[in-house]
Amino acid sequence: MITIFGIPLQAFLGQLLLGLVNGSFYAILSLGLAVIFGLLNVINFAHGALYMLGAFLAWMGLHYLGLNYWVMLLVAPILVGLFGILIEKCLLKHLYKLDHLYGLLLTFGITLLIEGLFRSFYGASGQPYSTPEALRGATNLGFMMLPNYRAWVVVASLTVCLITWFVIERTKLGALLRAGTENPRLVEAFGINVPLMITLTYGFGVALAGFAGVLAAPIIQVSPLMGSNLIIVVFAVVVIGGMGSILGAIVTGLGLGVIEGLTKVFWPEASSTVVFIIMAIVLLLRPAGLFGKEK
Amino acid sequence: MNRQNLGYLIALVLLALVPLTGIYPVFVMKIMCYALFACAFNLLLGFTGLLSFGHAAFLGSAAYASGHAIKMWGFSTEVGLAFGVLVAGVMGLAMGALAIRRSGIYFAMITLALSQMVYFFFLQAKFTGGEDGLQGVPRGTLFGLIDLKSDFNLYYVVMAIFVFGYFIVWRTVHSPFGQVLKAIRENEARTTSLGYDVDRFKLLAFVLSAMLAGLAGSTKMLIFVSATLTDATWQMSGLVILMTLIGGLGTLVGPVIGAFIVVLLENKVGDLGATLTQWTGIEWFQRLGESVTIVIGLIFVICVLAFRRGIVGELSAWFERRKALKQAQSTSV
Repeated sequence: MITIFGIPLQAFLGQLLLGLVNGSFYAILSLGLAVIFGLLNVINFAHGALYMLGAFLAWMGLHYLGLNYWVMLLVAPILVGLFGILIEKCLLKHLYKLDHLYGLLLTFGITLLIEGLFRSFYGASGQPYSTPEALRGATNLGFMMLPNYRAWVVVASLTVCLITWFVIERTKLGALLRAGTENPRLVEAFGINVPLMITLTYGFGVALAGFAGVLAAPIIQVSPLMGSNLIIVVFAVVVIGGMGSILGAIVTGLGLGVIEGLTKVFWPEASSTVVFIIMAIVLLLRPAGLFGKEK
Repeated sequence: MNRQNLGYLIALVLLALVPLTGIYPVFVMKIMCYALFACAFNLLLGFTGLLSFGHAAFLGSAAYASGHAIKMWGFSTEVGLAFGVLVAGVMGLAMGALAIRRSGIYFAMITLALSQMVYFFFLQAKFTGGEDGLQGVPRGTLFGLIDLKSDFNLYYVVMAIFVFGYFIVWRTVHSPFGQVLKAIRENEARTTSLGYDVDRFKLLAFVLSAMLAGLAGSTKMLIFVSATLTDATWQMSGLVILMTLIGGLGTLVGPVIGAFIVVLLENKVGDLGATLTQWTGIEWFQRLGESVTIVIGLIFVICVLAFRRGIVGELSAWFERRKALKQAQSTSV
């Protein structure tokens, strides 16, 4: 059997893949956070709760309405996005003129509300969600068995991330968005409806979280608390990467997922804290973050 | 004697009379602990303008440190308490030094992430007892004189600790040091240009706040003779923000009132749910007690949207308005 540093190759690659899967979730969530922060100057604490909502919607769709995974992969993000638009229109909108911290506190309150509601109906334990028919099983690559669903998660989330990057960096719409991030008042003076843009951006950002939630549903148990522990790691990812660059958020997310996966192989006890340790090191060496701009 | 001092005196006398009235002393002791915790937190957010989202780390670590020192190393109670405060201070120094490298929203995220790291450490470390926590810590005696096994004795010790902590916060806020902190809150760039080393002031405030939060944690451990993971969770960090927010950011008394309301809420929401079920016949309210989170989340949202000055802040603003109105009337006549 082939081994790397005394670890069987199979186990090593397995953890690497798992790291990639986690990394894609980090990437897609930190991407959403960065897009929202760019335009709204709000750190969306509710991102984790909305990720959980996406997963739950997938589960509910299958359980109550018999809608399969593929339908919900499309419908759940849209519903989460609409819910986000509602949040922005009714609540967040009133806070833009205040200190940014209030946005964080408000979304924190929303997180507790959503999580509390789901916990009161479904309890703290997880609901199993089975992998869709077409993606069950594994493919033999010769040197390892590749679980199909995990490969799909990595491919799907990376595709969505890259499309988002393309739209923001390479299209007219994205140009408006970036201009709005730089100077919203000037953009408004050119006749662009900036408040609408803000609302839609928030909706899109949280729809990404919902999408990640549906992708995650078959891998982890769908439970009310699945989002909040994840979101704190994602915060650390965002601090490490800096929120200035879209591509930076994607690369940092993936990279940290892989590092976390490898830590699980070599030093399992540290795997839950390694991202935070890296954050501390980055803060010491490059306080603005790897892709952030010094102010 | 001015009005404020009179108010403090009355509060002190009332607080001292509590054990004689038949109110469950542990309940009031818990409030005092959380009040001290919230005052410590408010020193940072209310008076320095730094939102720490990880203050539970100090509460939890001090509780574990004191508990472990007293139970395993046989420290006397007072030395154990001091040890807990010291540990919280050292952690505050480390976390603060990292967090003040960024400001605003990043500061909040960094403190949250670091405290989560501390939480995972406690979850895995052997000495904390993992999910079970550290149980059955002997309360011992204070200075070998006062037997703390009785809740009655402990009550006055806790009260003394609370008053001491509150006094330190009061003293800090009214000192030249406190003025610089407020200047940082109002305009950091200008404070720097006036020649103050802003980072050192922030760090010192952070360490002080961490130590006071630690004192609250060690005292809480002594009351419940246990240290558990709950004390170190992000939910606890959120709770202390809420206490301060409800009571009034940047006011001295606010956090105390906020702590009172939150503890009352945590203990009584179940009863409220039962009453609501009786009134409305909706079965779901029965479960409200298990999900205090919903109520806390709701209050959070309401506070942030419509009630940002908190109870004490709104009250004093109301008094100000009335005073201004009276003055306007007297001058017009």
